[in-house]
Amino acid sequence: MNIATLFKLVPDLVEELEIDAGGTSLDMTWLRLIISEFDDHAIEQAILLKERSAAQVTVIAPGVEGVDEVLFTAAAKGADRLIKLIGDFEAGVNNHSLARAIVTFLKDLQPDLILTGVQAHNDLDGSLGPLVAGFLGIPYVGYVSGVTLSNGKVIAQKEYPGGLIARIEVDLPAVLGIQAAEKPPRYVAVSKVRQAMQTAIIEEHKVGSLDPTGGIPVERMFKPEAGTRAMIIEGDEREIASRLIEIFKEVGVL
Amino acid sequence: MNKDIYVLIEHLQGRVADISYIMLAAARTLVQDTGGEIVGILLGYDVQNLASNLAADRVVYVDHPALAEFTSDGYQYVLADLIAENKPRAVLFGNTSIGHDVANILSSRLELPMVSSCQTILSGGKFVSQICGGKIMAETSPPGMTTLVTMIPGGFKPEEGQSETAPNIITYTPPALDDLRVSVKGYVEPEPGDVDITKEPILIAVGRGIQNQDNIELAEELAKAIGGVVCASRPVVDQGWLPISRLVGKSGNKVKPKLYLALGISGAPEHVEGMVDSNTIIAINSDATAPIFDIAKYGAVIDMLDLIEVLTEQIQAAKG
Amino acid sequence: MPAASISDRLFYAKVISVTPHGERLDLCLQCGMCSGICPYGFGMDFPPHALIAELRANEVDPILESDRIWLCMSCFACTSVCPAQIPLTTGLLATVKTEMILKGKVPTELQTALENTLRYGNSLGKSPRKRAEWSQDLPSKVPILAETKEPVEILWFVGDYASYHPRIQPVSRAMAKILQALGVHFAILGPEESSDGDVQCLAGERGLFEMLAQKNGKAFGKYQFKEIITTDPHAYNVIKNEYPKLGFSYPIKHYTQFLTERLDQIRPLMRKPLMYRMAYHDPCCIGRANNNNVYEEPRQILKSIPGAELIEMPHNRSNSICCGGGGGGNWLDGFVWERTHARITEWRVREAIAAGAEVLAVACPYEPPRFEDAAKMVQGDGKLVVKDIAELLAEAMES
Repeated sequence: MNIATLFKLVPDLVEELEIDAGGTSLDMTWLRLIISEFDDHAIEQAILLKERSAAQVTVIAPGVEGVDEVLFTAAAKGADRLIKLIGDFEAGVNNHSLARAIVTFLKDLQPDLILTGVQAHNDLDGSLGPLVAGFLGIPYVGYVSGVTLSNGKVIAQKEYPGGLIARIEVDLPAVLGIQAAEKPPRYVAVSKVRQAMQTAIIEEHKVGSLDPTGGIPVERMFKPEAGTRAMIIEGDEREIASRLIEIFKEVGVL
Repeated sequence: MNKDIYVLIEHLQGRVADISYIMLAAARTLVQDTGGEIVGILLGYDVQNLASNLAADRVVYVDHPALAEFTSDGYQYVLADLIAENKPRAVLFGNTSIGHDVANILSSRLELPMVSSCQTILSGGKFVSQICGGKIMAETSPPGMTTLVTMIPGGFKPEEGQSETAPNIITYTPPALDDLRVSVKGYVEPEPGDVDITKEPILIAVGRGIQNQDNIELAEELAKAIGGVVCASRPVVDQGWLPISRLVGKSGNKVKPKLYLALGISGAPEHVEGMVDSNTIIAINSDATAPIFDIAKYGAVIDMLDLIEVLTEQIQAAKG
Repeated sequence: MPAASISDRLFYAKVISVTPHGERLDLCLQCGMCSGICPYGFGMDFPPHALIAELRANEVDPILESDRIWLCMSCFACTSVCPAQIPLTTGLLATVKTEMILKGKVPTELQTALENTLRYGNSLGKSPRKRAEWSQDLPSKVPILAETKEPVEILWFVGDYASYHPRIQPVSRAMAKILQALGVHFAILGPEESSDGDVQCLAGERGLFEMLAQKNGKAFGKYQFKEIITTDPHAYNVIKNEYPKLGFSYPIKHYTQFLTERLDQIRPLMRKPLMYRMAYHDPCCIGRANNNNVYEEPRQILKSIPGAELIEMPHNRSNSICCGGGGGGNWLDGFVWERTHARITEWRVREAIAAGAEVLAVACPYEPPRFEDAAKMVQGDGKLVVKDIAELLAEAMES
């Protein structure tokens, strides 16, 4: 079984985010990139499937600064092939561009199963996984927290609010959007990653010009008003409770 | 392209999800300036009754046994048909396990523009999306073709999308639905005793301010009233008053619920690390200088034990 | 039962070969002193002496299957009592932990701390760019070497917790004020400083430790200074004992040693008497760890504070009770509680209270949050206060 895992790097929210001079995108100067959290789970899920069955795992990502270390870390965890897509990715591309680029490679690879994070925090024009499924014309199930291979198909555990889970049977080939791997992403010792840097090979695959059609140009990007200290509710316990009820309704929990 | 706004009505196990009403309210803003109708799209099997309080100008109801459970295939085939035939100005989907599964795949399949995480719609029809963990807002305008939009809560209230009178319901015959590649085999209900607090949307968190084990019951009652779950900071778990599965913080769970009500929690970094990404944090602490107030959106300086029972009563009253 | 052939005992041989003085493992008589004094030995499947027995019998799998080794706080108690002077903490335990880490078997909370250290250069997961923010609001700016570039007498290695943790930043500010009052020509590395790597090293992440040591070593090499001082016992321990093995040798003092040398200068500046009855908690890492033996200097400083009374707890100096924060323990309180229902930190706080202390004086950045949390649980609204020696000095120096 041939499993492809897609990941992308997104802005690390530990650092301050600033808007660039043009006012429509993020200032890349101090931006650090980190693997999208759900994509990390997708890699873990792929490795878990490999450990349970005879599967080959290919990890695919756009070539941006810092991606090599993530690819080598995936190899240290057990990924078999590392694919770096070479194209005009540095300035930041939307998911439609990335999906189209990945699809050209996937058409050659012909994986049975494609795993990727269900979404990424910087998604503005949809999410990579289902976009890829749409371009390939294959089925998609998202919010997946468990995957079992079963007679040439997969059973995906799909999460709904409130802890409800649906068991969904999906024909292969398919794309699954991972919400959580069955186990949290494993730890890889730094020395093992260093070792992978010596022994694993990153295959570079050129993609043509990128096509962002499907995304909508941002007219204005801005930071919401900085939250300061909490808005203090005054009054006695009845008045406080009353205001809290209103807040609960505004937030959508009551 | 007509001026109508389609809203995919999300429902599960016989209940319409709040996001559906929120989207209907959002659609109202869109049609206000430029005309057109709000059309609720309801797919299912024998669920006509769910349309009764939708604040839509009309509802297109697609009834088919293959739609009895939500599947991305069933829904995408029907919607693709509807969109191709009618070319609405926009289609709103929830950014949820239902809406997200369908919207994206339609964008690439049908080559339609898409914008995600839309929270508000400005008059004039600009979409305002919230991304990057809430740190960044992005404004976009719908281009001149059917635009697919996934929405998150926060900009509109569900009540604004509810109606006293039932809308006009039109049935629609779906395309062939016998070739679905995705099928539901069953559901797994959550275990009653077994709580995974990281999946809960409402958390009632207790800290030292709870003072003793007996008072935990008060927190449980509050949680039950509001539909949430009790969690705790380390001192409470260390005492054995709650199991470690309920621990939030550096040595415990990281949570991101919709609502985090912190009762008698000071806000030490070890705890904050586990819950700072919560959507709305409300802090109740008798110490006005407690650091929890630095990260909470709302707060009240009062002993949690003075507030908790009154709050529970009022919640029970509000729920009727 | 036939003795396992020596050549079969690969892992045992490995431990011996990777540790300085590792051959002393052969001298173990199975006396059990180590396991007896280990604060969490009762909870381990293989406390130190049993670990040696298992390895000699070549039973490596049961060791790797158990997660109880993570109860080890790297407190060096076992090492300090071993009659054969076997390097238990840095050799045996750290090597077994390394093996577990190589297999990805590490408790989740510790995993996060390690991943944060790798990515951000600190275990708290804070932006490295903000490492010197604690020093920005002071009346007198703390010089950062990358900005001033000038030679200094003292490079002050601040450390992760002292830089980022809200409870410890005041300790750092107090220390800065003391150094400035003494006219010491010092500077810090600021954003160029990475985690010292002591905890990561003792927790078995050799690769990560070496990376950190290389980074810090490279930063040290860029500047001119006479010696390093640090407010962090872990930094003291690792820079003194491990960095030289990687080629980075610098004279280093714990801040209590540095200040003791200047007590004559400090005394006249302490105009405000502190009427506290204090007990001093000996941190493992400047004390019995690697025979660093810094015991008397902190006490000399505390005794010199006008009005202060210094008492001793029953466990002091080389048999001090660890605060529970070493070797990864700082992130494993939940893990430890689940397995032992014992809190070493509370034990120590109870001891301080029983000895009659009003103030527990500490000299390690992990300790104030740990002891303050424990104090809350042990005494409810009780009065034991936890203060770093630097805070006490700064308080006495207030005008």
